[in-house]
Amino acid sequence: MKSAWLPRSYDALLLHLEALYEIEFTFLKVEKLAEGLRPLDRDTQDFILGWAARLNSTNVYISHEFTIRVVDALDKMERRVIEAWAVRAADTFDRLGLRPALEVIQKVDSFLANTHTLAEGVTFEEVEPILSTFVCGLSGRRLKLAQGESVYTDSETLYLPNISARLEKAKDNFLLCKAQVAFMWAQIRFGSFRVDFATAFDAYPDKEQALAAFHALDTLRLEGCLARELPGLWRDMQRLDGVKGVEFPRLQSPDATVQDVLELVPQVLHRDFPQRIYQPALNPEAISACMLARMEREKILLRVKLAEMLKELGETPHPPTPSPSEGEEEKEVATPPEFEVKETLEGAGFELTLDDKPIAPPDEVKDLITSIMLDWGDVPPEFLVPAGPGEYDPSLYEKKENDSDPWKGIYHEDGAFLYDEWDNARQHYRKHWCVLREIDIPPADPAYVGLALQKHQGMVKHLRRTFEAMRDENRLLKRQVQGDDVDIDALVEALADCRDGREMSDKLFMHQHRADRNIAVMLMVDMSGSTKGWINDAIRESLVMLCEVLETLGDRYAIYGFSGIGRKRCEIYRIKTFEDPYNADTKARIAGIVPKDYTRMGVAIRHLSQKLNTIDAKTRLLITLSDGKPEDYFDIYNTQYGIEDTRQALFEARRTGIHPFCITIDKHGKDYLPHMYGHANWVEIDDVKKLPLKVADIYRRLTT
Amino acid sequence: MENTARIHDPSTYTIEKQPYYVPVGNEVTLFEAAYSSHLPVLLKGPTGCGKTRFMEYMAWKIQRPMITVSCHDDLTTSDLVGRYLVKGGETVWVDGPLTRAVRSGGICYLDEIVEARKDTMVVIHPLADDRRIMPIEKLGQLLEAPESFCLAISYNPGYQSVLKELKQSTRQRFVAIEFNYPTHDLERQIIIHETGLDVVSTDKLLKLADMTRNLKGNGLEEGASTRLLVHAGKLIAKGVEPRAACQGAVALALTDDSDMIAAINELIGALF
Ligand SMILES: Nc1ncnc2c1ncn2[C@@H]1O[C@H](COP(=O)(O)OP(=O)(O)OP(=O)(O)O)[C@@H](O)[C@H]1O
Ligand SMILES: [Mg+2]
Repeated sequence: MKSAWLPRSYDALLLHLEALYEIEFTFLKVEKLAEGLRPLDRDTQDFILGWAARLNSTNVYISHEFTIRVVDALDKMERRVIEAWAVRAADTFDRLGLRPALEVIQKVDSFLANTHTLAEGVTFEEVEPILSTFVCGLSGRRLKLAQGESVYTDSETLYLPNISARLEKAKDNFLLCKAQVAFMWAQIRFGSFRVDFATAFDAYPDKEQALAAFHALDTLRLEGCLARELPGLWRDMQRLDGVKGVEFPRLQSPDATVQDVLELVPQVLHRDFPQRIYQPALNPEAISACMLARMEREKILLRVKLAEMLKELGETPHPPTPSPSEGEEEKEVATPPEFEVKETLEGAGFELTLDDKPIAPPDEVKDLITSIMLDWGDVPPEFLVPAGPGEYDPSLYEKKENDSDPWKGIYHEDGAFLYDEWDNARQHYRKHWCVLREIDIPPADPAYVGLALQKHQGMVKHLRRTFEAMRDENRLLKRQVQGDDVDIDALVEALADCRDGREMSDKLFMHQHRADRNIAVMLMVDMSGSTKGWINDAIRESLVMLCEVLETLGDRYAIYGFSGIGRKRCEIYRIKTFEDPYNADTKARIAGIVPKDYTRMGVAIRHLSQKLNTIDAKTRLLITLSDGKPEDYFDIYNTQYGIEDTRQALFEARRTGIHPFCITIDKHGKDYLPHMYGHANWVEIDDVKKLPLKVADIYRRLTT
Repeated sequence: MENTARIHDPSTYTIEKQPYYVPVGNEVTLFEAAYSSHLPVLLKGPTGCGKTRFMEYMAWKIQRPMITVSCHDDLTTSDLVGRYLVKGGETVWVDGPLTRAVRSGGICYLDEIVEARKDTMVVIHPLADDRRIMPIEKLGQLLEAPESFCLAISYNPGYQSVLKELKQSTRQRFVAIEFNYPTHDLERQIIIHETGLDVVSTDKLLKLADMTRNLKGNGLEEGASTRLLVHAGKLIAKGVEPRAACQGAVALALTDDSDMIAAINELIGALF
């Protein structure tokens, strides 16, 4: 246990909670809470406060409610289950609002219905990253995974529970989720929904019963499909279920379709079929609604896309093929062009032809045709008529904001970047955890730059000299061991040496050294609130000096600021992109650098590394100017979590060939910087005037 | 197994035994037509789809020696053309691989051409247009390529960054031949030939290939190539347990991302 720390005292807890819940505004009571937390060890206290803070960034009442109940819950559930519980509440809030979210917290017992197996349960968060990729690898329509109350699919999204805990072992619970996902995929892939659920069962006196029989029979058919397609998984599924299979040769033959299933329904209305453990629920309403909307949308979309393809083909005619014999009949436009889709043998594939010539559709169109074929069995001819100009209003087919995606939607992530964050305690990435935006910095007076330069005249001169020495030029290197040309002087000398009986040098070549300094530098500037005052001034002044000398070197460089509040509001401020010249506008933006909020460093590093990696340079430097360690608003980012995430982000950057370096003004830097950046890759400076000099130093070290 | 390497002179060595190559489209006739019209060729396509094998096959078919140069970002013009060396107190000129191929009227295959330094284009351009000449400045020579000389370059448009695009003035000198993964039938044939694996396991490998190819652009840069399938097939044919073979030869070879590896392993587990 790392917590050799003493537990927090009652008073400390009280203060902490009062601040967290801003009690002077919210009037929430915290005394009891502090009382409850007091007897716990420090590690547990921190765990709870961390989650309380995290929930608080979603909603203060949910957090408060959580803190009231969590101490009791501690006895009943493991930490990871508590985390799942909290995440569930936050997600419920995002989707459904406060009251249902509070209910999740209050009904902790229903969440805990089965405490023993909960320990072996797998959470949606755990399985989602793996299984969403898994299902993407299976052929067919792109399917999404989402959390739902029960296991079912609407034919686009596969719903899984928040926690799967029906089996004894975590491993099997994961397998169960995998089997459920594969089963739902099979329903879509093998046409289980090519049935008009609204009318197909009207003739039966008991519709529910008929539907149940349909589902049971179709399950048998799909099991046959899975046994053929995914034999490895099928073995696992049989083991999980343990129920003996039912023989139904007609359904288990490779060409059985959902029609066969429908025909057999009357025969089995009263038969009892075993309910499979991996069998999802059938939700005809959800399926019909989803399919109806999709079928209409995809028809329009395909026709529009085909029209676009035609236009493109018309504008760029085929390049002449090197076989010179033919090439005449290409140009006629008399008959309207005719698209056709032919299914190729091996199942999944198809071929698109235009006037009988195969053409390769863009991926988008390929996905579209695949999806249409899944719904219809083939592509109806009227889908293949290219749309006339202006025939459809784009708003009809352009998909509306992904509101079904549980994480997206309500956070309004238009134009934002999503980044994973590393959770060291759990040793996995929280997928798409941070939402980052790029923002233009409001310019200030560019005259600031002139003043700053004047103030540091001497320094600038000195720096310029240092940097000029590093400037690279084309030059001929003589007396090299290898090279493109023989160095005649060296050779003559060597021959003379040789004649005199001395050893002959092997440095006989000239090498044309080409100046490709080929360096790109990204300066990542801390714009957190703590830089307010002299640190901000110092940072701006050193940027001015740095720009001045970087210009003399001719290296490419960019400057971005970073700050933000919470994981959903990470911000990157554009000060100078790699393309921007160092002109009055850029200067005005440097002048405009002001302290903002907090320092969530990992996400900033990830974003800027990505930018840096689009630059083709041999050496890529990421230099961070900062005044302290990573922190965020009442967030676990202030703990070891933030340090570990930053370390991980730097590790990722290094893996792509970036050299990260940190210059800090924090006197306690040595406590955490070596861990994050590695021993040689950070410096602490006490006097900001040294900052540009330090950069020059690093520069020389890393680039020559 | 022989344990000593055989020594060949690349500028005269022609491949005796027919390399195994299954034509996927019209690439063979296209190449032959280009070759007999003295046009240089550009092979485009993802990694491991048979470009190198195709060149070996063509070299055998037209019975010319082939010199392959794998380009890298320090490859200079001298590395291609040649340079002076000092031997026993005298300078001697040594031909580079491109010069040797031109002199001997063979095939020069420049693999991953975009990786080479930009200045190498100076020698490639005059060779690749209808002049078919190669200036050797340091010797004061102008080599005119013989009829049988052939210049071929390869290029993978997928994973290069935009910055490493081939310049128009270069690409428009070449006849482009596009390569892609073979169709299932051909790929099955290739795997069985290369590995001796049974049909059932081969088909599973093909399915796995499709699955990873579905993941391209969704977390994978590239799906499993024919080469990876051949590797996995060889391991399985040697008796390695199929799941383990695919994990090593496919999942881990494709990516370092742990979630992605886990997902591919789940796909493997579902198949085998
Ligand atoms: N059409 C084919 N016929 C026979 N073998 C093939 C074919 N395509 C691929 N292979 C197999 O795939 C392996 C890899 O092919 P090869 O080395 O030619 O790929 P490449 O396209 O040159 O890849 P890279 O771009 O990475 O160099 C070969 O060793 C061979 O086993
Ligand atoms: Mg190759």
